[in-house]
Amino acid sequence: MNRSAATIEVVARTRIPLPVLAVASLVLVTTALAFVFFVAPNDANQGFSQRIFYFHVSIAITAYALFAGAAWKALRHLWKRDPRADLESYVFVHQGVIFGTLVLLTGSIWAKISWGRWWLWSSDQLVLFLVLFLFYCAYFMLRFSVDPGPQRANLSAVYALFGVVLIPVSFAAIRLAKDIIHPVVFTLKGPQFGGWILVTYCIAQVAVPVLAYTLYRLELSSKRLDIRLRDLREVLA
Amino acid sequence: MTTAEKYVTAAYCVVFALVLAYVLIMALKLQRLERDVDEIASRVSEENAEEAPREPAHVG
Repeated sequence: MNRSAATIEVVARTRIPLPVLAVASLVLVTTALAFVFFVAPNDANQGFSQRIFYFHVSIAITAYALFAGAAWKALRHLWKRDPRADLESYVFVHQGVIFGTLVLLTGSIWAKISWGRWWLWSSDQLVLFLVLFLFYCAYFMLRFSVDPGPQRANLSAVYALFGVVLIPVSFAAIRLAKDIIHPVVFTLKGPQFGGWILVTYCIAQVAVPVLAYTLYRLELSSKRLDIRLRDLREVLA
Repeated sequence: MTTAEKYVTAAYCVVFALVLAYVLIMALKLQRLERDVDEIASRVSEENAEEAPREPAHVG
């Protein structure tokens, strides 16, 4: 067995099994839902509608993490020529776009309740996140306009790597903009809330990434299974 | 909780329940499929090894 094949086998063995991840997601998300709706107190200003914050912020940070993961895998593809990295980068981008859609949806619902508008073009944070989201949507156009092979893998990796630059820009925009409408809850002094709100937020912030990672692994496993079945069909033909 | 708030809570719970049920079912199904594909792959490689051409040898 060559070195790379041995490495793949070791990684596959040391990975957490999918059913374990699914059960962990189930437990964490159920706990998060219970805390969000039955433990966390109502916000003094926004009341019940503020509870969407626990999902919106957690999903947004998870989306950033998924795009960062895609860039990391893209770097591994370009640098180490890791044979698994291209597919992993693609799945990270795919999950990132799904979570990005959820960020825009939950953000719009919250904006309608808080500001009376579904969308505000004057908010830098919103527009920059939309730019980041559309940039990664275009990733699929690039990827599927090139035939499968090393060229497609290289182009996709370079594109995913460039996109990661937008993450700190999007994250910092809210703190650099003077005329901010979007609330800032995490400053250099720490989170601007405490007690049960902080506890609930922490649980949601653990639950959503675990769910995202489980979905990532599910998609990755099904795509690898597809590839293996195609290879087997070729051998048997 | 008002009636509207109860409906919102129920909607969140239903959506997450569906997602989690899908994740759990797919995780179990994929694990089983991976095992099956491993088994088929090992059988195919065994059969290929048996059918490998033998070197010609002089007899008699």
